[in-house]
Amino acid sequence: MATSERNEQVSQAQLLAEAAEAAPSRQASLWGDAWRRLIRNRLAVIGMVIVVMLVLLAVFAPLLAPYGEGEVIHESLVLAKPSWYFPMGVDQNGRDVFSRMLYGARVSLLVGVVAQLIVLAIALPVGSVAGYFGGRVDNYLMRAVDVVYAIPQLLLVLLIVNLRGPGIANIFLAIGLTGWVTMARLIRGQMLMIREQEYVKASRVAGAGPLYIIVRHMLPNSMTPIIVALTFGIPVAIFIEAALSFVGVGIRPPQASWGQMVGIGQQYIRSVQHLMLFPSLAIALTMLAFTFLGDGLRDALDVRLND
Amino acid sequence: MLSFVIRRVLWFIPTILMVSIVTFLLIHATPGSPFQPEGANNLRPEDIERIEKQYGLDKPLPVQYANYIWKAMQGDFGESYQRRSQQVGDIISRTFPTSFHLGVMALTFAAVGGVILGVLAAVNQNGPMDYFSVTLAVLFYSVPNFVLAILLILAFVFWIPGWTGLDFFNVGGWESPRDWILPTIALGAGPLAIIARYTRSSMIDVIRSDYVRTARAKGLAERKVIVKHVLKNALIPVVTLLGPLLAALATGSFFVEQVFAIPGMGKFFIESMRAKDQPMILAVVLLYGVFLAIMNLLVDLAYGAIDPRIRLN
Repeated sequence: MATSERNEQVSQAQLLAEAAEAAPSRQASLWGDAWRRLIRNRLAVIGMVIVVMLVLLAVFAPLLAPYGEGEVIHESLVLAKPSWYFPMGVDQNGRDVFSRMLYGARVSLLVGVVAQLIVLAIALPVGSVAGYFGGRVDNYLMRAVDVVYAIPQLLLVLLIVNLRGPGIANIFLAIGLTGWVTMARLIRGQMLMIREQEYVKASRVAGAGPLYIIVRHMLPNSMTPIIVALTFGIPVAIFIEAALSFVGVGIRPPQASWGQMVGIGQQYIRSVQHLMLFPSLAIALTMLAFTFLGDGLRDALDVRLND
Repeated sequence: MLSFVIRRVLWFIPTILMVSIVTFLLIHATPGSPFQPEGANNLRPEDIERIEKQYGLDKPLPVQYANYIWKAMQGDFGESYQRRSQQVGDIISRTFPTSFHLGVMALTFAAVGGVILGVLAAVNQNGPMDYFSVTLAVLFYSVPNFVLAILLILAFVFWIPGWTGLDFFNVGGWESPRDWILPTIALGAGPLAIIARYTRSSMIDVIRSDYVRTARAKGLAERKVIVKHVLKNALIPVVTLLGPLLAALATGSFFVEQVFAIPGMGKFFIESMRAKDQPMILAVVLLYGVFLAIMNLLVDLAYGAIDPRIRLN
């Protein structure tokens, strides 16, 4: 009798130990599975490779660029066509286009990432609180959503940048301040859904406070749609910066930005075309890479975004 | 139904008011006088003061705002600061038709092309045609309109004529129908891609439904199944895309008009932005706000009318 009881206890302990061992590995395999699905997707891998290369080019721009960002090589070289020494030609001020392209990659990627971080910094608390508590906070959020949705984001960004003046910091700010609403709505929706799950109720009954429940249960379980939305948000931010700089209210020379280079190149379109060609292709390729990556992530993480 | 319409119409009054307040504040907080643009001749401070008084800019902000809204409701948007002696209303009524024309053409191109591409993709799911349309849609979706505009100009105005000697398109302008083609493609490509993606997934959902299986089981020709049963139902959710797509077309036209030198409202708007021409900026933003609010309402109503399962209340 005593031995069988002890056996039972031992087997229970074994089961518990096995479960404890299995738990972290199961969690790892959730991301592991997603990763395997992602790298099986050819387009997603292409997107990822391009993004990694862009990041490397941007980080090591000062080492790779043969000339400085605003360095005027020589007046006689103004608008020179692409050649062995200047693979992408020379611009209207006698600056090396290739070097400026490398520095432009920095601006694009920085805008993409920092703007999304600002979006997340605003949307995460607002969306969580609105979704968890509902009521008045939720009402205010949804009214803000209505107003912001009534003005197209690009228009609002133009107004804010016009107010604050050109420069990369103001572009971060403008995109962040106008972009958080969509993300907050997404997080709110996730929270509303998870709030009713049994494990959240169990946690609440066990005495957990709102902050603990949000941080420990609700956020980890709404990670995947947030990650996918962030990935899709990066090309949008890159596009907005390029568009602003294109019409001359974003990044001002001598600092380089792809959109600005396209805008300036447009003034010389009848004489030389290489000025606009390379930055145009770079913007298109970057946007494409992030879209591939976003599509792949969405499929791999099995997320349905209501777009 | 009627009460829904009334409530929606009433709701967009506060929305438009909020939009106008936000815009008004953003514009009036902008540093620098609109009468002293960078690089212009210096005006004496007392002259600036006199001009500001003439435009009522010396009064407190709430008073200025109330005056503005009161006049705007009567159709008077004031005088442009940048082009003195021209009424903002006149400038807009002169340039808006061009933008509207471009927008309608781009929307038609997007709707027709997007639905065709989406249907072809869904009917040949995982076939070569599907991959072709999905790839084209991703390309169109991710390349920004002004970049596409420039690539189109480079290809069709410089390179192809250079190789073949066929010179058909111009760099810009808006005189003849041949000037309309490239801007329409540049502006419509993004919305086309969104419609194609959406149509494809909506079609695939419907193709798997029971009533389609029934239609096939009773021996209907595949063509009839697709057109009468699948397409009709699959296009209903696509209608809801119209709201955001119109917003994309409206803001997209700023940049496309800029690239092709089209004398539309978007091009004027960008110029006003640089010149801090407050009455112009305010009027254009308000116009867009009202236009989009009305279109969204119409889309909601149309949605209810097409799909009897949806009760508007």
